[in-house]
This record gives sequence, C-alpha cells and structure tokens, in this order.
Amino acid sequence: MRFIFKTDYDQDIRILKHSGYLWSYGLLLLILLAVPFLVGNYLQSQIVFVFIYAIVGVALMILTGFTGQASLGHAAFLAIGAYTAGFMQLHGVPFFVYFPLAALLAGGIGALVGFPALRLHGIYLVIATIAFASIVEEVLARWEDVTNGNEGMRVRTLDLFGLPLPRDGAGFYYLCLAVLIGVILMSLNLLRSPTGRAFVAIRDSETAGKSMGIDLAGYKVKSFAISAGITGLAGALFAHKMTFISPEMFTLLLSIEFIMVIIIGGAFGLHGAVFGAIFMVMVDPFLTALKDDVPTTIASIGQSLGMAQSAADQLHDTMSRIGSAAGLKGAIYGLIIMMFIAFEPYGLYGRWLKVKLFFQLFPLYKRATFKRQKTYVKSERNR
Amino acid sequence: MLDFIQQLVSGIALGCVYGLIALGFVLIYKATEVVNFAQGDMMMLGGFFVFTFIGLTGSYWLGALLAIVGMALFGMVTERLVVRPILGYPQFSIVMATIGLGYFLRSVAGMIWGTDDLQIDTPFSPHKGVGTGKWETTLLGVPFGCDRERAVCNAGGLVLGLDKLSVILVTVLLCVALYFFFNRTRLGTAMRATSENMLAAYYMGIPVKTVVSLIWAISAAVAACAGILLAPIAFIHSNVGLALGLKAFPAAVLGGFGSIPGALVGGVIIGVIESMAGRYAPQGWKDVAPYIVLLIVLLLKPEGLFGLRMRKKV
Repeated sequence: MRFIFKTDYDQDIRILKHSGYLWSYGLLLLILLAVPFLVGNYLQSQIVFVFIYAIVGVALMILTGFTGQASLGHAAFLAIGAYTAGFMQLHGVPFFVYFPLAALLAGGIGALVGFPALRLHGIYLVIATIAFASIVEEVLARWEDVTNGNEGMRVRTLDLFGLPLPRDGAGFYYLCLAVLIGVILMSLNLLRSPTGRAFVAIRDSETAGKSMGIDLAGYKVKSFAISAGITGLAGALFAHKMTFISPEMFTLLLSIEFIMVIIIGGAFGLHGAVFGAIFMVMVDPFLTALKDDVPTTIASIGQSLGMAQSAADQLHDTMSRIGSAAGLKGAIYGLIIMMFIAFEPYGLYGRWLKVKLFFQLFPLYKRATFKRQKTYVKSERNR
Repeated sequence: MLDFIQQLVSGIALGCVYGLIALGFVLIYKATEVVNFAQGDMMMLGGFFVFTFIGLTGSYWLGALLAIVGMALFGMVTERLVVRPILGYPQFSIVMATIGLGYFLRSVAGMIWGTDDLQIDTPFSPHKGVGTGKWETTLLGVPFGCDRERAVCNAGGLVLGLDKLSVILVTVLLCVALYFFFNRTRLGTAMRATSENMLAAYYMGIPVKTVVSLIWAISAAVAACAGILLAPIAFIHSNVGLALGLKAFPAAVLGGFGSIPGALVGGVIIGVIESMAGRYAPQGWKDVAPYIVLLIVLLLKPEGLFGLRMRKKV
C-alpha cells in the first residue's frame, strides 16, 4: 500500500494524486482510443451511448451528488440541448457555434429553474423539477414552428469544420469521448475549487454552510446552471446519435434513468457516474443475451442431473416463455434498483473501492470499514 | 353558467380521485417521512385485486372488502421486504427504492393480468342497471333527483354519475376518518411521534416497527379504495398507476405534504384546474396547467397550502 505524505494544500487537491494515476488512466485512454478498431459496430454504438449517459451522469452528480439538490427533470435539459442542436443545424449554423449554444441555452434555463429551488428542498424540489420537465415536454409538442411537434425532427449528420461525422463512424466516437473527458476534467477542476467546496458544504448542511458565509442562493443557482449546461452538451450529441428526436423521447422515465445512473454508480464521486452509465446502457443487451442463453443452459443442467428429455424440453419452453414475457425488463430494472439500495448503497464505485481496499490491506481487511451508520429518522420538516 | 358549474363538479369528482391517491402519499409521509412513489401503482394493484376477487366471489361488496384486506396485507409485506431494511438511511435512497418498487409492480401486474384494459361493473355503474326506479324531490325550489337506471343524480339541471358521486363521498369520509384517527387516537399520536423522531418515540415505549408496518397497511388499503372506486370510471391497466400517481403527487405537494385535509384540497384544486383547462383553454393546456399552478404556489408558499412551517434553531 502506498502512503502519500502531504506537505501542502496544493498537493492535497492535485488531480493526479501520484504517478499510478498517470499509468492507469493513460492505459484506459489508450484502450478507449483503440476501441473503434477492436470492436464491432453494435458495441461501438453502445459505448457512444455510455459516453452520452456518462456526461449526463457527471452533470447530475454535480447537482445531486455534490450539491445535494435532487432533480427529476434532467430529461428536459437534454431535450433543450437536442432541439437547439437540431434547430440550429437546420438553419445552417455550424457545429462549433451551436454546440456551445446548446449548453448555454440549457444552462440559462437551468438557472431559471434554480431560482424556485432556492426556497424548496427535498420532495418539494423533486416535484418542482418534475413539473418543469412536463412543461418543457408539452412545449416541445406544441411549438410546431421550431420543434415540428409530435412528428419529431430529423437531425442531419454532424458536420465538424467541413468534416462529416456519421453517427456510427469512429469520428463521432472520438468526439463523444473528447467531450466526456473534457467534461470530467472540468468537473474535477470545479470540485476542487472554492465553488466545489461550497457545493459540498451546502449538501452536508445548509445551516452550517450559511453560517460560514456561503451564499446559498448563488451557489444553488450556479450548480443548477452548470449541471443543466453539461446536460445540454450531452443533448446535442444525443440528437446527432439518434438522428431523430421527438418529445416522447424525453419523458420522466428518462429522468429516472439518469437518476438511476448515479444511484447505481454510487452518488459520491465522478467515477460513479461513469460506472452507472456503463451499467445502465449495457444492462439491456446483457438481458437480451441472457434471454437467449439461460433457457438452454438451465435445460442442459436439468438434463445432466438426470431429467428426462421431454421434461427438459418443457423446462426450456417454460423458461423461454418467462424470458420473453412482456415487461420483464421493467421487473428486472425495479429489482436491480431495490437491491442496489438495500445491499450496495455506495453503488458500483463503492464496490470497486471495497475490492481495491481488500487487496491493498490483505489480509487485514475489515468489513466494518465501510459500514454505514444507521441514523434514526428525525423529522426533515424541522430542518 | 350551468356549463361552468358542470365542469366544476366533474373537476371535483376527478380531483377526489387524485386526492384519494394523494392521501396514501400523505399517510406514509406523515408517519415515516418516506415518500412512496409506488402509491399510484399500489392503486393499480388494488384495481386488479378487486377485478380478480369480484370474479372469484361474484359479489361486488365482498370482492371490494377482500381487495382492501388483501392490499393491506400486501402493504405490510412490502414494508417488511423493501422499506424496513433501508429505514434510517437518507430519504432519497428510500424514494429511489419505491421508484424501483413501482417499476417492479407495473411489469409484474402486466405479466399476470395482461396488457388489456379491464373494467368492472358495480351496483352504481350505468352499464348494469341493477334496479330501476326514480326518486325526485324539490328543495328550496331546486329540483333534486336520482335515476337508478341511468345511474345519475341531478340537482337543478346538474348531472353527476353515481360512480363519480361515490368517489366524492368515500374520499371525504376517508379524509375525515383519517384526520380524526391521526389527531384524536392513541395510535395516531404514536404515528405522529414516530415521524418526528423515531429513536425518541422508541424510548417512549412506542413499538416503532409495528407502527411503520401498520401505516403501510393503512396506506395500501386507501390505495385499494382508490383502485376500487376508479375501476368503474377509468379502465384498469398496468400503467394507470403511473399516470394518476404523477397527477396525485402534485396534489399532495400543493396541499402541503403531511396534511390530510391538504391532500383532499390539493387534489380538488388540481382536478378542477385540469377540467377547466380542458374545457376553456386551448388544446395542450390540460396537462400542463396543474403543473404551472403548482410551480406558482410553490414559489409563493414553498411548504404548500397547509404545510407546517418549522424552523430549526441552531
């Protein structure tokens, strides 16, 4: 195990804590750069979705994970980004102009949402963001001159300085990767600055933060604006990836999916956003694969345990009928959320940290290191 | 004018459905400070339960009773399996767990009862005239009457279906009963104490686990009532809970989460606004108007109309 002797504050907030970081993240970057040459088209496309979800995850992590303001309205910011990109491209605005504009517009509207959030907390804030998201959804469906209403809007191929980047090509992959890395670096930088520390202070205790002289209103609005802006960037990429956007793509269910990204990933570090994005995007193809393989496997296990051929066939049929039942995915989603919250509240990143610590401290690892203190519920109304 | 009042009345009937679901939100919140996002889905499940039990027993009243009891048991089991392991952790993780529960219930209900719309016949729905006969009277110069064949009541030209009237009546009755339960009985006081501070309530000899379990049972039973009353009005399918739950949630917030009369008032306000916007505003406003009003109310009164405002002293 490595011990780092810190001698000054700059060392404490350094992004690359030690040379090991350089090696491991450098290796990861190399692998990611090589991906378009290694994997098939389908997997590459899924990885692009992982990048987009991870960008939204980072945005939501800043707001929910670090500032402690829950939001179930991020699908709306994504929609604003996506429609800005689609509309501007249609009117001949180049990518390097409308891409930042998507972020600015989403960020500006995010700041507007942040203002009511100054007086609201907890469940009232959640419902306010849901209300905002439904209003945006309805506006998108009704403002037909700009959004083309419920018929949806086609988004043409992305054009970067005259270089076309088709949605399945390696170029688009690298663009998304670059944006994700940029967003993560920016967030890391933000979180180690006074602004980031103010965010964390607000999350931990508004009263304490206020008495330390933190301008609650300003920082909450800033957090909302930054989070919405980053989501707007993701929205522009999302529009180009989907090539077709319509209002019913940006519903509450998508917002819930984004919240699941950070809950499953672990809502206390930027790693969690990426882990959660990988999980949320990959769980779908994984389940599809399971649906095909599990019945056969179970039937052959049954057969090897001395089951008759006909009984094994019957088992196979039953299993595949259960597997192809409509809505099975929802049930599994639900179970995954409930089990993560009950058994792994720190999410995938928490599990990663535990495994890492286990090997670092071997054989001295204690389970109690990560035990959560149970706090008995005190009324939040008296907060 | 009559048209306006007619819209108002049907808005109130719609609002009472929202209020009834909102009541379930409020009950659980009042006793445990947990927001149960699966409340709408519990109502959906109650609707399916009553459909099944009526099919089994052949009697509406017996089926409804069995559905209420069944849902109460279901609520207790849910509390034991989903909520108790995470009780005492941050509120938001419990909210997420109930969102997960909602996903789970929706798709399991879809698998068991299929994805078709189901509808049940009740003694007061117009499909199945149970009795014939009319009853008419005049009070203060206004004619009142009931027509059992068409299952409607009218008062001075206003027409209201018996099924909708039953929703209004049951909602108001349940609200009054639960209000007195919380404010006048020993168990209700214990529940309020639990919500204030679980540990202190435990030291005072309140069986906190039983209290929490009971409140989930009561809330699920209220959800079952909502499902039973809704079944003749709207179709029951596995997604109905999500849609109505999303309308009932603003109702609970509007009234001030944690206030029983607030749930009813909030529900009625949302219902009336929706009904008025559907009639008088341009197309598309119907679904958005409640949210706009909600945002305005939250801006002016962040704790809702009837919410308690408390400040922490540091």
